[in-house]
Amino acid sequence: MTRFLKGMLFASTVLASAGAVHAADVTLTIESWRNDDLAIWQEKLIPAFEKANPGIKLKFSPTAPTEYNASLNAKLDAGSAGDIITCRPFDASLELFNKKQLVDLTSLSGMANFSPVAKAAWSTDDGKSTFCVPMASVIHGFIYNKDAFDKLGISVPKTNEEFFAALDKIKKDGNYIPLAMGTKDLWEAATMGYQNIGPNYWKGEDGRKALIEGKEKLTDPEWVKPYEELAKWKPYLGDGFEAQTYSDSQNLFTLGRAAIYPAGSWEIALFTSQAQFKMGAFPPPVLKAGDTGYISDHPDIGVGLNAKSTHQEEAKKFLTWVASPEFANIYANALPGFFSLNSTPVKMSDPLAQEFVSWRASFKPTVRSTYQILSRGKPNLENETWVESANVINGTDTPKVAGEKLQKGLDGWYKPGK
Amino acid sequence: MTDIDTAPIKRPIRWHIGVFLAPAFVVYTAIMILPLIETLRLSFYNTVDGASTFVGLANYQVLFGEQRWSHDFWNALVNNLIFFVIHMCVQNPIGIALAALLSVPKLRFVAFYRTAIFLPTLLSFVIVGFIWKLILSPIWGVAPWLMSLVGAKWMFAPWLGQSGPALIAVSLISNWQYIGIPMMLIYAALLSIPEEVIEAAEMDGITGWSQFWKIKLPLILPAIGIISILTFVGNFNAFDLVYTVQGALAGPDMSTDILGTLLYRTFFGFQLQLGDRSMGATIATVMFLIILAGVSFYLFAIQRRMRRYQF
Amino acid sequence: MSNRARTSPIRIGLVHLALSAYTLIALFPVFLTVINSFKDRNAIFRSPMQVPLPSTFSLVGYKTVLGQADFLHYFQNSFVVTIVSIALVLLFGAMAAFALSEYRFRGNALMGLYMAIGIMIPIRLGTVAILQGMVASGLVNTLTALILVYTAQGIPLAIFILSEFMRSVSDDLKNAGRIDGLSEYAIFFRLVLPLVRPAMATVAVFTMIPIWNDLWFPLILAPSEETKTVTLGSQIFIGQFVTNWNAVLAALSLAILPILVLYVIFARQLIRGITAGAVK
Repeated sequence: MTRFLKGMLFASTVLASAGAVHAADVTLTIESWRNDDLAIWQEKLIPAFEKANPGIKLKFSPTAPTEYNASLNAKLDAGSAGDIITCRPFDASLELFNKKQLVDLTSLSGMANFSPVAKAAWSTDDGKSTFCVPMASVIHGFIYNKDAFDKLGISVPKTNEEFFAALDKIKKDGNYIPLAMGTKDLWEAATMGYQNIGPNYWKGEDGRKALIEGKEKLTDPEWVKPYEELAKWKPYLGDGFEAQTYSDSQNLFTLGRAAIYPAGSWEIALFTSQAQFKMGAFPPPVLKAGDTGYISDHPDIGVGLNAKSTHQEEAKKFLTWVASPEFANIYANALPGFFSLNSTPVKMSDPLAQEFVSWRASFKPTVRSTYQILSRGKPNLENETWVESANVINGTDTPKVAGEKLQKGLDGWYKPGK
Repeated sequence: MTDIDTAPIKRPIRWHIGVFLAPAFVVYTAIMILPLIETLRLSFYNTVDGASTFVGLANYQVLFGEQRWSHDFWNALVNNLIFFVIHMCVQNPIGIALAALLSVPKLRFVAFYRTAIFLPTLLSFVIVGFIWKLILSPIWGVAPWLMSLVGAKWMFAPWLGQSGPALIAVSLISNWQYIGIPMMLIYAALLSIPEEVIEAAEMDGITGWSQFWKIKLPLILPAIGIISILTFVGNFNAFDLVYTVQGALAGPDMSTDILGTLLYRTFFGFQLQLGDRSMGATIATVMFLIILAGVSFYLFAIQRRMRRYQF
Repeated sequence: MSNRARTSPIRIGLVHLALSAYTLIALFPVFLTVINSFKDRNAIFRSPMQVPLPSTFSLVGYKTVLGQADFLHYFQNSFVVTIVSIALVLLFGAMAAFALSEYRFRGNALMGLYMAIGIMIPIRLGTVAILQGMVASGLVNTLTALILVYTAQGIPLAIFILSEFMRSVSDDLKNAGRIDGLSEYAIFFRLVLPLVRPAMATVAVFTMIPIWNDLWFPLILAPSEETKTVTLGSQIFIGQFVTNWNAVLAALSLAILPILVLYVIFARQLIRGITAGAVK
């Protein structure tokens, strides 16, 4: 019997290892949730790096975004994670650093290429240590169907009032769904909705910091009013938006059935390749003409070094390269909509990406309100915000109730000023 | 017999029992039980000041005592019960009925029906979740179109996005997927009823439905017992389908959250929420106790009383 | 057989009606996937219910899939893992089930309960410790790791079902074998195993489904390109091409095909087993 078992195991091991490649070069494995980027890594980034660094091979090994954190944490705990770890911003990666699973990269030579603001998302609260090389940020706004706007004679809305007037006009015409957004996947409502229009209400960084310091509460008007506006979006969404998924929304827009798409800049590459009409973008409309506008310019992706990696030197070489203007240039142009955080300006060729990035000149940037510090406990504020944003649009909760629920959850564990 | 019993050579250590048990025992213990014990152990520990410390039952106090945790837990438990009840009331009866129909003697195309009905069971959650999301999507319009064929389009709603119907919709998708299992088990049980029994019944003039109720059903009761307990265990461990259809947050508004998804979020974390091994292990232990209670009830209260027939 | 009263044509007609109605329900989603995988993007959206017409026919989805991912290799991995695991589960499970249902010995009930625990807790909970063990033994990113986990995972249910069936194997038969001087091993392999074939087939199918469809352990234990299974491959593919429905539907159709073939192969054995058991 045991002979049979051994035979079986042996057979399967042989089968398994037959496919494995044994290379003399050092191979660095990159953990990432960006499975969309597989082709870009394989075709552009990896060849560029390997050419300049003979002896080091790269392997980009992405996991679906929804499973990334869970599987990465399990692999880090067990010691089987890749050498290079793609970092989520703020608390999620900070926890990995605190558990000593990420290496302190403060002294990495390339770090000088980043401003403290860019590094903030991957630094300790006191800003002393940085543990991931910042790669890119994403900007929120609205992408619109230019052909539809021209046909209906709508000009780009600048204020909230104009925005709703435009929506009314599209709805009245009836040819297009005014807003392509659904609540099925929850995060669309929170990220493309609440975090997109919210900064205009809570005055960007001022409000975000006041919330962290405990000077403002989620029940204050600055934080409830964005929910009130979201609730007003409901009549402009497509039929059955409650069951509309993220990819449904994307398809509705790129097939030309919807006029406006509440967006993140990461959509640009996909939309450009799929849509067969002209597109434009506008920032979240300000409340009154003449108000200062705010945009969410959110550091989204960085790379760090697994403390258990056996190739620390090679990995640092790679990270230094990621911090270089060369990388920033390839990356930002290969992935329009992921804006480099490098201090060296990158020239981008994509017009839509240029449009988004041009807002940085006249609008005040901020990061998503729930990402720093406020999502360290349970209940997790970010995840709760997903649920409540969807609830508000669905009409399950009123904006006021949503604010109360969120604040109550936060009060359960967060003591400001600590 | 007595002289055989006393003869020492006839009472050896029964090595064969050990040989029969050893491979299963070793693999199972090493790969399943020990890791699980490690997990359960964690439920009595928590991280205090960065170090893992024994905290006794404190984690359980948090789970049942803190309003936030207990609300999530009871919500998941109630949803899970509804999920189970729908399986017992829809999936298993239909599965038994299909098996009964398939076992009608000399029926043609049996192999085709059987394969077709079993096909969904073979599909992965990845496929099932994606297909059904498309079908029920109001954007794609397949479900509304089908309902308009029977003049019921007004009944269509974006069920997966509504707090009330979402759980029922997900349960029914799960029924659709898994109906092949009760069908196959019952079908096998029906086929293994000896011809003589059936012929004897027919001699007595018991045919058709009454034959099914009076003769076959009692004979397949052990198999029905098995499918009930398998459904129970499967449902209280379920996770994948809800996860692929509704996401880890089991939306909308946690209305499809079952114990499996709650455990996943707690143990492994989700998005910005970090995994909490201790609380996750605590929920896992409670799930284990719930399932243990159900299985013990079946083993000791039902299976013992069930009459078994040897052919 | 032929003189049975219950084979009236109307009855049979109704039986066919009911079975084909359910067959329709079971097959419709699969059918929908397959027809739409052969259409162009606009046609998928505008008229999902239409079969591909010359004007809407397109193979672009399949081209994307075959150009992007090595599905044949993924399929081979899934196949090896599934077949080896099933074989081990059946063998080990049947042996243990026989020991538990046949012999009275001290600790029998306890052992039965111990083996049943595994049905109750998802093995996924032990992930971290399992992964640590696999890392320590150097089995990460091998198919062996998956096979070991699936074998452990399948054994409890196999014992549970098989011992239920083994209890209904006639004692007279086994005792007759013993009187004929057969060893306990011979009784198991030659007398009992053939009789529980239908149950074995059932267990095989039961074991196959969660293994073939598992996403979790391939993701954690063997995510490398060389050891990727079909389920993991298609999940990653869907994640990558979520808005490219041509490609996703083509990938799903391709993922359905092999499992269907596998099942049809197994089903022959399964049904032969079942009928053999019934006639015996």
